[in-house]
Amino acid sequence: MKRKTFIQQTTAAGVFTGIGGLGLLTSSFKSPVKHITILHTNDVHSHIEAFPADDAKFPNQGGVSRRYTLIEAIRKENPNTLLLDAGDIFQGTPFFNFYGGELEFKLMSKLKYDAATLGNHDFDNGIDGFYAQLPHADFSFINSNYDFSNTMIDGKVKDHQIFIKDGVKIGVFGLGIELDGLVSKNNYKETKYLNPVEIAQEMTKKLKQQEKCDLVICLSHLGYHYETDKIDDLKLAAKTKDIDLIIGGHTHTFLPKPTITTNIEGKKVLVNQTGWAGVNLGRIDFYLDEENNVSADGVAIEV
Amino acid sequence: MKKFSFFLSFCSIVSLIACKEQALQVSKIEGKEININDSISSNKDLDEFIAPYAEHIEEEMSATLAYAPKSLSKTDSKYNTAIGNMEADAVLEMLQPLFVARMQDSIDGVLLNYGGIRSTINQGNITTKTGYNLMPFENEAVVVKLSAEAMQELFDYLAKHQAAHPISGMQLILNPDGSIKKATIQNKNLENGKFYYIATNDYLKNGGDHMDFFAKNDTVITMNYKLRNLFIDYFKKKDTIAPVRDERFIKLEE
Repeated sequence: MKRKTFIQQTTAAGVFTGIGGLGLLTSSFKSPVKHITILHTNDVHSHIEAFPADDAKFPNQGGVSRRYTLIEAIRKENPNTLLLDAGDIFQGTPFFNFYGGELEFKLMSKLKYDAATLGNHDFDNGIDGFYAQLPHADFSFINSNYDFSNTMIDGKVKDHQIFIKDGVKIGVFGLGIELDGLVSKNNYKETKYLNPVEIAQEMTKKLKQQEKCDLVICLSHLGYHYETDKIDDLKLAAKTKDIDLIIGGHTHTFLPKPTITTNIEGKKVLVNQTGWAGVNLGRIDFYLDEENNVSADGVAIEV
Repeated sequence: MKKFSFFLSFCSIVSLIACKEQALQVSKIEGKEININDSISSNKDLDEFIAPYAEHIEEEMSATLAYAPKSLSKTDSKYNTAIGNMEADAVLEMLQPLFVARMQDSIDGVLLNYGGIRSTINQGNITTKTGYNLMPFENEAVVVKLSAEAMQELFDYLAKHQAAHPISGMQLILNPDGSIKKATIQNKNLENGKFYYIATNDYLKNGGDHMDFFAKNDTVITMNYKLRNLFIDYFKKKDTIAPVRDERFIKLEE
């Protein structure tokens, strides 16, 4: 098999030299490896300032301003960076109680977030409270399994979005947690919750098979893992295909490193979550190459 | 065969030149968590943007209300925690006079939810901000009138979930196998036909955490008192906040 590939390439190379010359050949054959960086947060819960030095759990950690410095440094290193948030932007400090989420959205816009999904606490001032803050958000909201059609935010939340960075197509969809029992009906109003697994299957079909995305990312606020039957990120990964990365939230799970798990086809899926309150920033670097340059024995994952 | 491979390769190269149709594939992934701490400098422009918002809040938040000799966290112990006991006892203490004045009757017990304890209390001064951190949500206190049957469901719920949901005015002791050994309210067993006034928050009354027994109520009395304000008023009333874990909800060991 290896030998056959070798023969194919040399033969083709011979022909090509004849047509276009060596320079062009080198540039198209050895096209540089594409490098996409995904940065992410979840459950920041209005933690705009760093925890104080005498905090019992996270002394001197977190803070939006430091996160900005860190993100800018990473963008300088790799401009092909996406910045995402997995929900529960709202609620947790007086910044939310006093300003209703205005400052959270304004700062995320300054940090140039590309997209966020909705967590249950983003409904805390009601769906109208969320709507009222939308003018402050210069980034997208993506959710695929809440049907908002009978609510005032109908049309304000995308069911998916495709980002193109350095020619790499990155499809992002979003999954939210069941709201019944978690959020007061007065707050979520006529929002309908749809089965996350079925929606994920629909979305991956659209993003991978129809749109031919090179990377598919699920922004999830389902939670990392439950011992019960309740759907979570690990179960979602196992029941679906064509997802490269699940960025999770809700359970405030601190992982020492991203989890590598397998999908329904036995292929590897990365699941990550960064705890909460902006204490950590998740960083996933994807290196992509043309199909026939990638070794057959699978993707090398270093976590 | 060789001719055929040649043809395929040629086609793929032509298409590669024609447009970038050649599919990309992930070859390597690296992933990590980056801790944000004081080794990263903050950004001056952003700090200046945040400052006026923070200063306004700080003015209102920094008033010292009480003192905590020890840090308190909801993860300190199982079944009942000092911080949870403080919350449930505070609800009982602060609501009781209001309830008695309005209803000429008294509250029998309190049930809040473990998930509703939203932060730790750090050792040191307790300020208005502590109240906001502890209860950032806008939920209000309500009192629900429950039958003995609904009360039994309440105890069964606690026994089943075995989470340290804050309670006051009642006691629940579980056997090592998780079954109920003792369940009392105001130091008495439940009596059929009797009703009990249980204080909680509107989140649980509306079906939060699937405490469905709260929906099976006879009457709901809204107290128009936000829990956050209740805790802040409780802190103002006390000099020292030093609650303890006790025997109100425990599981016996083998």
